Amino acid sequence: MSDTVAVVHDSHDIPHATGSKYVQIACILFVLTALEVLLYEVCFGHLSGGGFSSALAPHFVSVLLVLSAMKFWFVAMFYMHLKFDIKILSWLFGFSLMIASVVILALFVLFTYNRTLWWWTGAWH
Amino acid sequence: MTAAALPHDSAPAHEEHHSSLPVNNRKLAIWTFIGSECMFFASLITTFVIYRDSHATGPGPKDVLGVPLVTSGTAVLLFSSFFVVMALNGAQQGNRKKLLTWLSLTVLCGIFFAGMQVYEFTHFVRDGMGYTTNLFASSFFTLTGFHGTHVAIGTLWLGTLLKDAYKGKIPPEKALNLEIAALYWHFVDVVWIIIFPVVYLMSLGHA
Repeated sequence: MSDTVAVVHDSHDIPHATGSKYVQIACILFVLTALEVLLYEVCFGHLSGGGFSSALAPHFVSVLLVLSAMKFWFVAMFYMHLKFDIKILSWLFGFSLMIASVVILALFVLFTYNRTLWWWTGAWH
Repeated sequence: MTAAALPHDSAPAHEEHHSSLPVNNRKLAIWTFIGSECMFFASLITTFVIYRDSHATGPGPKDVLGVPLVTSGTAVLLFSSFFVVMALNGAQQGNRKKLLTWLSLTVLCGIFFAGMQVYEFTHFVRDGMGYTTNLFASSFFTLTGFHGTHVAIGTLWLGTLLKDAYKGKIPPEKALNLEIAALYWHFVDVVWIIIFPVVYLMSLGHA
């Protein structure tokens, strides 16, 4: 099989999303970003100050992370075609994200442990 | 040398794309590269979060970071992801006009975003936040600087593809060339999807 045939196979045999689907995803991403900024403005920005702000502020980080995860999922699944491509690519990306999560966790544990240890010994500034 | 081995040995170098997996080797390679980049940016983002409050000397997040400009940059980067999938759609359909229009818009978005970062960095330095001012500044410039470099490389890559498309060198059977560049571009967008709330919104809410 020539390279050209392989390229055609990879580009066309796998059904990708349609143009209208891409527009829908773009609208969803835009709305989610607007929600993120609105959340910040309500909790700490120009719209803060009311009872709703103080009720929402403790959940600011968790809500923001959920909104970001949703945006991440939409881009990866539809724009990066993971939803339509062969599963091995999803596994490869998922495995990388898992190792990345371990790296994040390890760094946090390392620094938190050291800070606590140094604070006890009086060496932390 | 056996007779069976002869056709293989005489095959052109560009046919060495076969693998036992039902996916093109170049596509597998870019996904593997993206996987390694996930770990790279995970460590940079975590380092920033750890050192976010380390600004005993010099300005901290609340003194320099602003939301409006970066929000516009975020929107532009998100739209560029949409533009590049539309360009890919055009390339796969053999629609040259669609390909050129959407790819041009993507490159313009990349230039805008890179310009926004240069403008932002210049302002930070004028406000007294250099690379070595404090740990917050160092981790901030390292993280956003590396992301900006990725944006610049992606813009150059898409720019070369735009030149190819203009010359009619991206027919439907070569759409994979654009698909690989688009995957890299989407990854750059995905990283910013994490950086924007973690570095800007959370730091301002936290400080």
